[in-house]
Parts: sequence; C-alpha cells; structure tokens
Amino acid sequence: MSRRGPAKDRVRIGAGAGTSDDRMTPALELAERGAIDYLVFECLAERTVARENQARSKDANQGYSPSLHERAQMVLPTCIKKGIRIVSNMGAANPVGGAKAMRMEAKNLGLGDVPIAVVLGDDVSEIVRTMPQLRLMENGEPLESILPTFASANAYLGADVVAAALDTGAPIVLTGRVADPSLFVGPMMHEFGWSYDDYARLAQGTAAGHLLECTASVTGGCFGWPGVKDVPDLANNGYPFADVTPDGRILLGKTPDTGGRLDVMTCTEQLIYEMHDPKAYITPDCVLDITGIKLTEEGRDRVRVEGAVARPRTDTYKVVVGYTAGYIGEGEVSYGGIDAVARARWAAEIVKERLQRRGFTYEDFRVDLIGMSSLHGEPGFPNAGRPEPYEVRMRMAGRTPDKKAAHAIGFEVRAMHMHGPGGAGGACEPRVRDVLAVKSVLLPRHLVKTQLVVEGAL
Amino acid sequence: MSTRAVTRVYDLAHSRTGDKGNTSNISVICYDEKNWDFLKEHLTEAVVMQAFSHIAQGPVKRYEIRNLKAFNFVIERALGGGVTISLAQDIHGKSLCNVMLAIELPSVGNERKQ
Repeated sequence: MSRRGPAKDRVRIGAGAGTSDDRMTPALELAERGAIDYLVFECLAERTVARENQARSKDANQGYSPSLHERAQMVLPTCIKKGIRIVSNMGAANPVGGAKAMRMEAKNLGLGDVPIAVVLGDDVSEIVRTMPQLRLMENGEPLESILPTFASANAYLGADVVAAALDTGAPIVLTGRVADPSLFVGPMMHEFGWSYDDYARLAQGTAAGHLLECTASVTGGCFGWPGVKDVPDLANNGYPFADVTPDGRILLGKTPDTGGRLDVMTCTEQLIYEMHDPKAYITPDCVLDITGIKLTEEGRDRVRVEGAVARPRTDTYKVVVGYTAGYIGEGEVSYGGIDAVARARWAAEIVKERLQRRGFTYEDFRVDLIGMSSLHGEPGFPNAGRPEPYEVRMRMAGRTPDKKAAHAIGFEVRAMHMHGPGGAGGACEPRVRDVLAVKSVLLPRHLVKTQLVVEGAL
Repeated sequence: MSTRAVTRVYDLAHSRTGDKGNTSNISVICYDEKNWDFLKEHLTEAVVMQAFSHIAQGPVKRYEIRNLKAFNFVIERALGGGVTISLAQDIHGKSLCNVMLAIELPSVGNERKQ
C-alpha cells in the first residue's frame, strides 16, 4: 500500500478545517463535489494542545479536539466510500484517544473497522523539563522562568511523520502537534516520494500548504469589503484544494458551485498572512522564500502558484510550551445619549478606585470604550478628536493571579447600575477565565523521538 | 474621482493582519503595481511606527515583496503580550490592518486604484 513514488500524475489535496471552530459543511461539500484525494483538517491553534492537555489530565479519554466527533460524523461516510484519505491534527494532546473515538464514530456510522495511523512524539514535556536553560524565543528568559506553572510542551513535527503514517495504508492519519503546512506536504511526500533534499518541491508544497491551511481565508473569507473587494455569495463560500504534480507544480481551486472567490488578490493576502521575513518562513520541512512567487489566474477560481524556493530545514523543532498564568476578569456596561462617553469614563474611574480601595492589584489592566476605542486604542495628536458615538459600552479587564481580584472587576462594573453615573444599562455578569499562556523554545531535532502506531487492523 | 489632498493607503492597497505571539504582521498589497514605488518611498517604517505608536511599542520592520506588489510590515510588541494573555477584545489584532489602511500619505495624483 505504501506509495512513495509517482504512480499518479496529479494529487488533489483539500482543506477541510483551518481551526477547531471552523465550519463543518464546507468539508463535506469538498468531499462530495471536489474530486479530492485527501482531506486535511487543521484544528490546533497555538494554545489548543495546552488546553487539551488539561482536559486529558482530568479524564484520560479526553484531550483530542472536541470537534472530532462532529467532523467524523459529517465526512466519514463520504470519505470512506470514495477512498478520500483524511489527515488531521485533531489528536491534539491525545492522538490515540482521538483515534479510538473516531473508530467508534465509524463503527456507529456502519462503516466497520476503520484503521487509523497515529503519530506520537510531539509531546516533549519530559524532555524540556530537564532543560531549564533553554531560551524562550519571545523574551530570551530561561525556560525555568515558566516551569513552576508548566502545563505542556509540544514540538511542531514535520511532513515526514505524516508521510510515514500514510505509508501504512491506513485511510486516516491522526496526529498531535504538526506544523500546519506540513499536514499538506505529508501527502505529497507520500505520493511522490519527495525527500528532504527536494528543496524546490518542498518549497512549492509548503507554499501550497500555507495557502490552504486557513481554508476560507484564501477563498474570500476575511477579505471582503463592500464596493472595493466584493465577494459573491459569501454566506456559502467553498473551501480550497491544491492540485499537485510529482514535479511540484501547484494549481489551486475550490469546491464547484459554492460562493466566495479564489484569485490573485485572495491568494496574496493569505500567502503573506502570519509571515515575518518573506525570505525565511521556517517550517519543520524547509525554510521557504516566497519573494519569487508568481500567482497567475488560470480561469475562474483557479490560481497557478510558481516560483517558491527553499533552503534546507533547520536542526531544531519549535516547541510551544503552555503554562498557567492566573486569571482574566472582565466587566461591561453601556451608556447612551448626551455625554455618553463622559459618563462611561467617569464610571471607569469609579470602578478603578473601588478596586484600589478593596486592595486588589493587577499585572495588567485595560479600559475600553467599545464603539470608540476598543480595537485601535485612542490615538494622540494628530489623530485625536474622533467624533463621539451616540452610545458606548465601557469594558474593563485585568489579569491577576488572584481569582477574587479578577471577579471583582466584573462585580464593580455591574454595580455601576446602582452606584455609578446616571443612566447605565445592560451590565454583563462578572466574567472570569483562567489564563493558559504559551511561549516557545527551540529543541534540537535529534532529541525528539517520534512513533507511529496503528489503531485497528490494516 | 475628485482629487484628494492626501492619499490613504486604502486608496492604493489592500491589507490583512496576522499574529505570532506578541508580534503583528500586516500586509500591504497594491491594487496596481505602478503604485508600489510610491508606497516604498512614503510608507516607511517610521510612518507606520508613528501610526501605531499608541498601540505598539515596536520596532517596525518592513519587508519588500515586489513580485507580489506587496510589503509585509512586522510590528513587535503590538498585541498586549500575545493572544493568550492579552486583555484586548481583538486578542489576535485582526482588525489592525484598518489602522494601516487609514494612514494618510502625500497625494499620489492618481488616487484611485485603477
């Protein structure tokens, strides 16, 4: 069953999710009408694995993406029937548990015993705990500084482990932390036998993976602007796929008869998205340079990607380290009509004084006037003097190790109904959430031992 | 199209924001590549830092991607510590591209994107 050679002259890889909260039905439309060979679900944001690690520590059966059940129910019948292979990082902090859950879903759907190849080894908690001298990429401090509230450490694995999992022949591959583009490059390596010396092909594959990894963001989502950048039928936009050839030619497309748009403008926005130096986009598979990329429209909703180049992968894996960092408390209340802004500002001062009198302190504190300054702050000269809105919602938020101090923010804001400036309305219940923060370290690649297991019989 | 005394980035380019940790990256993509040199001259790191001075501590680094008619601005210390600990509502800073688009530059003369 192992491929590792160009038996096919083209493979079509579709993107079924770009976050665990992504829509469900577009993946099914892609599976039903997109003529895809692979369906990739990318469902892990930076801190998601840390969160799922906590879930697993409370219940050993949990820790995979909670969206796995609904996604499995949505696409498994079509994918199994059509032979579309699924690759996903929905295994999160418990890939074996996720595989068991997905096999159970398959059984319940009458699909029989569906084997799943599981990639393990991204969890490097035990390794990094013994290396407190590692430097945090964000601030240069030693890892030791966050070890007291350590929650998780996961390495961004590359496409090689995904390809090896596909080599087993299992129709489904489930992983924990794997770099987003690598989930797409894995099937290319598996199908075409690309190695880590094929820089030109890895470059093209990685560029394609990056263009696909946020699903609708390349087909008109997060893009439209009325009258300037119109997007047809945006309520029904379709998800993208890439046609890939053994020599690394890439042609993007999207599900037929769906809304949205796929063109040079949407592709350019997505290509630069979350990129720093465009000559050095570092993934576990290569160091991608996009500055020579040429995008060409070949018919409606079809874009050719050419000219990506890459240097060899680095000797390290990036590791995301999760740690708990206290609580964030929030409160909101609204003011409208004459002098709404002045009353909102007064309320903020009153709440601050109350919190101070009660002896609470905060590591960070923030006042927003929603409708005026909550997104882009309050500029000073020369951009000051924004017109005042008719109504404004005053929001306060603070971060603190003390849960009571966090709760007090929302409590005192709500009290503005009775104790604040006139005409306050619509305060929310006090909100408190625990903070799971992340920072990153680089770990020498040779220290990370990956492992492949197959759940079920091949 | 009436001639404005100033050109906004919005008149010449479109934009999207991405985030990594406490760093925001904001693309500026020309509708028409003939305006790329104008933006290269006027939309400098200093101009962008000034526009974001009440939001980010910086510094700002500009990368040129001429092939894509684009620039990539990487703004450090822009996201209240990063998505996991930020107190902002827009923890990812996804809306920050609209600060970029509102930046006013000298008149380019041919204000519309076509």
